[in-house]
Amino acid sequence: MENLLWIILSPLAGFAISGLAGKYLPKGTTGWIASLAVLVSFVLSFSLFNGLLSNPAAIKKEYFTFIGSGNFHVNFALSVDRLTAMMMLIVTGIGFLIHVYSISYMHSDEGFYKFFAFLNLFIFNMLILIMGSNFLMLFFGWEGVGLCSYLLIGFWYQNEAYGKAARKAFVMNRIGDLGLLIGIFLIAWQFGSLDYDKVLDPAKLVAIAPGMITAICVLLFIGAMGKSAQIPLYTWLPDAMAGPTPVSALIHAATMVTAGIYLVVRTHVLFDMSVFAREFVLIIGLCTSILAALIGLKQNDIKKVLAYSTVSQLGFMFIALGSQAYVAAMFHLTTHAFFKALLFLGSGSVIHALDGEQDIRKMGGLRKAMPITFWTFLLGTLAICGFPYFSGFFSKDEILAEVYKHNVVLWALCVGSAGLTCIYMLRVLIVTFWGTFRGSEEQKHHLHESPALITIPLVILAVLSVFGGILNLPPLLSDSIAHGMHHFLSPALNLAEVPEELSPLSQLNLVVVTVVVLALAFWYVRHKYIAKQVVPETDDAMSGMGKVMANKFYVDEIFDASLVEPIEKTSDFTYKWLDRKWIDGLVNSFGKIANAMSNLYGKMQNGNLEYYLLYMVAGIILIVGYNLMK
Amino acid sequence: MELILIPIIAGFTAAFAGKWGRWVALLGSVTALAITFGFLNKFQMGNGEFQMIWDRIWFSSAIHFKTGIDGITMIMLLLTNVLGVLILASAINKTNRNPVLFALIVGMQGALNGVFLAMDGIMFYIFWELALIPIYFICAMWGEGNRFATTLKFFIYTFIGSLAMLASLIYLYNKMPAGGTFDYKALLAVNLTETEAIWVGAGILLAFAVKIPLLPLHSWQPDTYTEAPTAGSMLLSAIMLKMGLYGLIRWFFPIVPEAVLFYIPLIIGAGIIGVLYGAIIAIRQTDMKRLVAFSSLSHVGLIAAGIATLTMEGMQGAILQMFSHGINIFGLFFAIDIIQRRAGTRELGSIGGIAKQAPRFAALFLIVVLGATAVPFTNGFPGELLLLKSVFNYHTVWGICAGLTIIFCAVYMLRMYQMSMLGKEKGDVYLFPDLALRELGLMGITVAMVIGIGIYPQWILDICGPSVHKTILTIQDTVGVLK
Repeated sequence: MENLLWIILSPLAGFAISGLAGKYLPKGTTGWIASLAVLVSFVLSFSLFNGLLSNPAAIKKEYFTFIGSGNFHVNFALSVDRLTAMMMLIVTGIGFLIHVYSISYMHSDEGFYKFFAFLNLFIFNMLILIMGSNFLMLFFGWEGVGLCSYLLIGFWYQNEAYGKAARKAFVMNRIGDLGLLIGIFLIAWQFGSLDYDKVLDPAKLVAIAPGMITAICVLLFIGAMGKSAQIPLYTWLPDAMAGPTPVSALIHAATMVTAGIYLVVRTHVLFDMSVFAREFVLIIGLCTSILAALIGLKQNDIKKVLAYSTVSQLGFMFIALGSQAYVAAMFHLTTHAFFKALLFLGSGSVIHALDGEQDIRKMGGLRKAMPITFWTFLLGTLAICGFPYFSGFFSKDEILAEVYKHNVVLWALCVGSAGLTCIYMLRVLIVTFWGTFRGSEEQKHHLHESPALITIPLVILAVLSVFGGILNLPPLLSDSIAHGMHHFLSPALNLAEVPEELSPLSQLNLVVVTVVVLALAFWYVRHKYIAKQVVPETDDAMSGMGKVMANKFYVDEIFDASLVEPIEKTSDFTYKWLDRKWIDGLVNSFGKIANAMSNLYGKMQNGNLEYYLLYMVAGIILIVGYNLMK
Repeated sequence: MELILIPIIAGFTAAFAGKWGRWVALLGSVTALAITFGFLNKFQMGNGEFQMIWDRIWFSSAIHFKTGIDGITMIMLLLTNVLGVLILASAINKTNRNPVLFALIVGMQGALNGVFLAMDGIMFYIFWELALIPIYFICAMWGEGNRFATTLKFFIYTFIGSLAMLASLIYLYNKMPAGGTFDYKALLAVNLTETEAIWVGAGILLAFAVKIPLLPLHSWQPDTYTEAPTAGSMLLSAIMLKMGLYGLIRWFFPIVPEAVLFYIPLIIGAGIIGVLYGAIIAIRQTDMKRLVAFSSLSHVGLIAAGIATLTMEGMQGAILQMFSHGINIFGLFFAIDIIQRRAGTRELGSIGGIAKQAPRFAALFLIVVLGATAVPFTNGFPGELLLLKSVFNYHTVWGICAGLTIIFCAVYMLRMYQMSMLGKEKGDVYLFPDLALRELGLMGITVAMVIGIGIYPQWILDICGPSVHKTILTIQDTVGVLK
């Protein structure tokens, strides 16, 4: 069972090799070593996964005492159940593809070896996050992936704007982390332990006050809001697109940002007990999903659109969590990892071909020059739109069905949000790949399909995006292979073997409504961008609501004015006025008083006999007077 | 005994050894480190009592030269001697040739060992004051800016505090029946009323609070750290302020347990306000050394608060964090010194983009910065975790306020790193050679400790655990009687 340790050590070793020796190795070698390190983890994860298929019992391993003080005792320990195994396959599988992709994508970058070192370090931390068997291990990985995200967003460190984006991401994540940390303290206080086994035991939870459980859930969710970019802590994710595109695909779409989902699913026993916490999750998820989709409609940077799309889709997953549809959330997490990684890598392929251009207004007509990129991007777009029988169709419909059970109004809003997704994704697809090329002559001359190391991962991910729905089919189509993921995860999540179902007729109705909405969206985009060949207007030409949306509802500006500036002003005020002027001034005034006294006494002893006589008489009068008064 | 004498003798020899002075000093310092490792080897784990006691009559039968090592002392000795060697080695460069500087540094190491080893009140006081003398000369002779005024202020400030402590010790002695001594155990055994304990405690606390420093007695610190030469800033922040924190654990609380109920909220309050105060100010500082000075104010506030919770987590976390903070702050000041010597300034905004010129330096400096930011798998994390947890368990609101440090610290530390190391090259950094072998070695050792302790902090907790437990029991016994 030492496999567990090797799974995390392999990327760590990759990090050490790339980081220390990468400078002296040929680029290809470094890249392949790093990729191989992740492949080893993937293969080992797969064999674990196979074992868990036949025997669902979690595999646990304790290594050493990490911190033991008083009653507080935390081990460095790993544990793998089916939920973990699934996450491990996603992280290492997609991680490996993106490593391979990066060998070509980052080929001409001088920080090549550093890039792979950071990627490996990220995989290591992500694995710690999901494989840890207690909340502290989770927190370790949680902060660790945040650090790697910081390092990779600011990878092109000479650009100051990128550096700012990286710092913003780290600090915003830390705001969430504080919530998570306090939640962990509450857990340690209430349960006397941080081990999942001891905390997430339904029998024990009965003894804890409901208010306390709600508090813990909300705090854990605040952590999730930071990492998974939910309102109000989401603005770092679009800015995080400053990082190289493979990073956006791996960290800011497929894996790290889903850590919040994992956290809630992992601790769902707690959320099951708190209606308030679930409603909170649901509402935040819904608002985020709609807001991000609206902003996405007006963005012209291809990566920014995808980023807002990610925020919106994560909101969707939280909607599922708030409706207690944990499997549906994990299902959407999985399919989203496939198609969003695909879309990002596809956009990377485009950006690569255009020598760094990210503005869709300067693209167009790339269909013919880049056929593989185009076809895979098309499949990814259809998948995310929920085109029937693509993976996104099944995972989204499952969430919608669960929300419908919960509340019809929320369901309608969700369908609307799904429609928006469709509009902004098709807009990107059409404006980028249809029409005529709008870039410079030189770019046009150089247009080319990307090399095999880029296109092969695209093709693999496209296949997964199309067929990923098989993982958890609804029983409407076939009873024998239905609910695959549900059956697989139910032992780990303590769920009933077969989920509660809507009647086939209402299921069908829901699907029909969804399909109609999506068809309307298709029609609208086709009409606007294909038939009329509209190119999005320039920044100056925007007005009204469109401008507000393009400026992301000015959320960043509001943050700056309400938080950043006041803190900076407080800082200046505290330093200059309170610290220097008052506290230090007071201390110095003691010195000044001592000096003044010394001057005074010094002057008194001026060697003049008359003065001394005067002091003497004054003294006598004082003494006599004092005695008389007494 | 030898831990105190060897560095001091080495110091005197070095002062007169001319150009060999620094090597004599280094030899003395390394010898002390070797002896410390010897003690660590002999140290019985799991024993909370003082071990290896060495006891001679000094001035009179009441005042002994008595040393002993328990788990807490052991960590402090490791901190002092490891950092003593590093600080000395970091000061050896082409611009510093004066043997007196190295003599003072190694002498300081001996005096600090004396502070941590002392088991006699007067001996503690003597070494406490003795440690002030070398640092005074280091700062006054090699400092910059307004160094005389700053150093004088620092000296008088801490000296007043020390005198108050002496008065308290003498008061305790006078309370004893005839034939009393200043022995640690004897001082602990004196019974006081609560009012007496508050006054006696005030005297002792004043000495420690100035040195830590606790708000609002901190105003000597930013100027002194900023204007002292690098070796002086390192000695002050990495080791010397730990005298005050150690004093809280070893002397203050055990001697006046009768007054703990009065002092606990006071110290925790001052500590946490210091955490926020230092952090908020650090956000906007542009002088790197001053920024680190305020960050240090923020960090030690949390350590003091953790100690004052009088829990295992708080005290062990404090000891762990004292050690880690020492390493990190050495690394930070060393890196700032490297920048200043090569770029000619340490003012954020007039430098930038150093990483491009010196990638090795950038990587190592980054790890130190991450350690100071308490990222997991660095030494800053486990201590901060325990401290925050202890404060949180003491009071939720204080816990949350203290928790804000994890946000602020990320803001100011990363801002400092980013503005100096990243971005476009700016200022005089185009000829910024990467680390020389000596610098690489020192930064390498620092980084190895940052990561090593980050991965396995438990060995420090194991060494100090039993002694901390015993200290808490001693205090609780009296508090229990009071209740």
